[in-house]
Amino acid sequence: MSSFWNIWIWVLSLGLLVALTLLLRMCLKNFAGVEEGESMGHSFDGIEELNNPLPKWWSTFFLLTIIWAFGYIAMYGLGAWTGLLGWKSSNQGILSIAQSNAETAKYLEKDSGVLVQYDREMAAADAKFGPIFTAYAARSIEDLATDDEALKIGQRLFIQNCAQCHGSDAHGTTGFPNLADKDWLYGGTPEAIKETIMNGRKAAGMMAWETTLGGEQGVQEVAAYVISLSGRSVDPEMAKAGKAKFAICAGCHGPDGQGSLAMGTPMGAPNLTDNIWLYGGSKRVIEETIRNGRAGVMPAWKDILGEEKVHLIGAYVYSLSQD
Amino acid sequence: MKNSHEKVEKNVGLFFLFTVMAISIGGLVEITPLFFQKELATPVDNLKPYTALQMEGRDIYIREGCSNCHSQMIRPFRAETERYGHYSVAGESVWEHPFLWGSKRTGPDLARVGGRYSDDWHIAHLIDPRSVVPESNMPSFKWLSTNTLDGELTGKKLETFNFLTRNRSHKDENGNPIPLYTQAEIDGAKAAVEGKTEMSALVAYLQSLGHALK
Repeated sequence: MSSFWNIWIWVLSLGLLVALTLLLRMCLKNFAGVEEGESMGHSFDGIEELNNPLPKWWSTFFLLTIIWAFGYIAMYGLGAWTGLLGWKSSNQGILSIAQSNAETAKYLEKDSGVLVQYDREMAAADAKFGPIFTAYAARSIEDLATDDEALKIGQRLFIQNCAQCHGSDAHGTTGFPNLADKDWLYGGTPEAIKETIMNGRKAAGMMAWETTLGGEQGVQEVAAYVISLSGRSVDPEMAKAGKAKFAICAGCHGPDGQGSLAMGTPMGAPNLTDNIWLYGGSKRVIEETIRNGRAGVMPAWKDILGEEKVHLIGAYVYSLSQD
Repeated sequence: MKNSHEKVEKNVGLFFLFTVMAISIGGLVEITPLFFQKELATPVDNLKPYTALQMEGRDIYIREGCSNCHSQMIRPFRAETERYGHYSVAGESVWEHPFLWGSKRTGPDLARVGGRYSDDWHIAHLIDPRSVVPESNMPSFKWLSTNTLDGELTGKKLETFNFLTRNRSHKDENGNPIPLYTQAEIDGAKAAVEGKTEMSALVAYLQSLGHALK
């Protein structure tokens, strides 16, 4: 802060306090030239104004607030001066996360001479909750999935951060996978689940196939074949024609439509044979999927939640598909 | 001295002047010096200007009154940063005209909502909020997916932001200001948004929020 603005703040703040003190002193004196308790000579509809002094409790409190203000300034500072406590609520001047972390580290080393309220709050919470998360982080996800306490924490975190897409019961909704069944797009092992939450997933993305398939007829044929894969009845002629065209789908969904995971390449192409549908399994929706394509995205949570919390959410999600 | 207060009480102009003086001191001490503080007018290192589409999305955010229910200001309390991420700092808002901090949270804070949900989620949520958040009381904004942008004013908006931020842009290695938008970007703004839906503009804007401090 430049010295001009520093002086500005000091002069206005202290000047105001001094002026208020003088004003209070003046108002405590009887300068009206009228005896205390006598009429000031005003009369409105028979109601007279008397020359009463300021109530003692009121003027005392007013004086106390002025004294309080000086004490407050001494503790918390004024202008560029940080006061006896060196208090500030947060590091408002930072320009990057790295700088923010460096400022916090400085505070934690106690050599900055500054009391950052936010850092103090976080350090206290870390001292209290940190060991709990560290202890859980040291155990495997399989192990945590049988620990009721860990699962309770994992479920809370899930409801706070994951339920918006996957639902509070983790059963998913249209376009957002059910996590409580055994059908996985990117793998249901503890490692795969944790990787999915940590770094997110971006489906390789299904293209719009209408043109390649030769228009609406091709779309309907392939849809018929896809429906037949999960054992539902369709027009056999249509399915047969669709099967011939399915070769271009096999690159991602596999030659038998068993999905990319079964082929060992987790790129998010679903298994088409299990009658579990991410975007809906009706004829209309499957045709729409083939016609316009789909591309699901799972955001990365590493930076938002940190690995220790992701570990617990991973354990909770893993536990949902265990019997 | 008797009844000397009448001078003020019976003179509206003088009373007004004294009132203004009394109530302006707080602002003169607490607000005015901030305008001239360098650290509060410096953009954070990673701050990127809105793309043409995000800029249009921002105007839709303003038009639909999103800031009446959603703040964009994470306060430095653990209870907030645990949910929303790093607290907001001044350097993130130096290019905001007007800023959209808001003061009411009927819905959650959106200062760092970018990247938290997929585009598909935002679209589903804006068309029918209760399809993904059953307890939500947010209204539906389904018309956004049918309204399209014509981009007539997009270039002018970018130009205006160049002007408004001329003293607070990033600096190159010689200390010269780098305008937010190049002439090519301004010229190409119309083509960048024309025909796109308001939905895609708003989602692009939402996905950009908080990018500079993550």
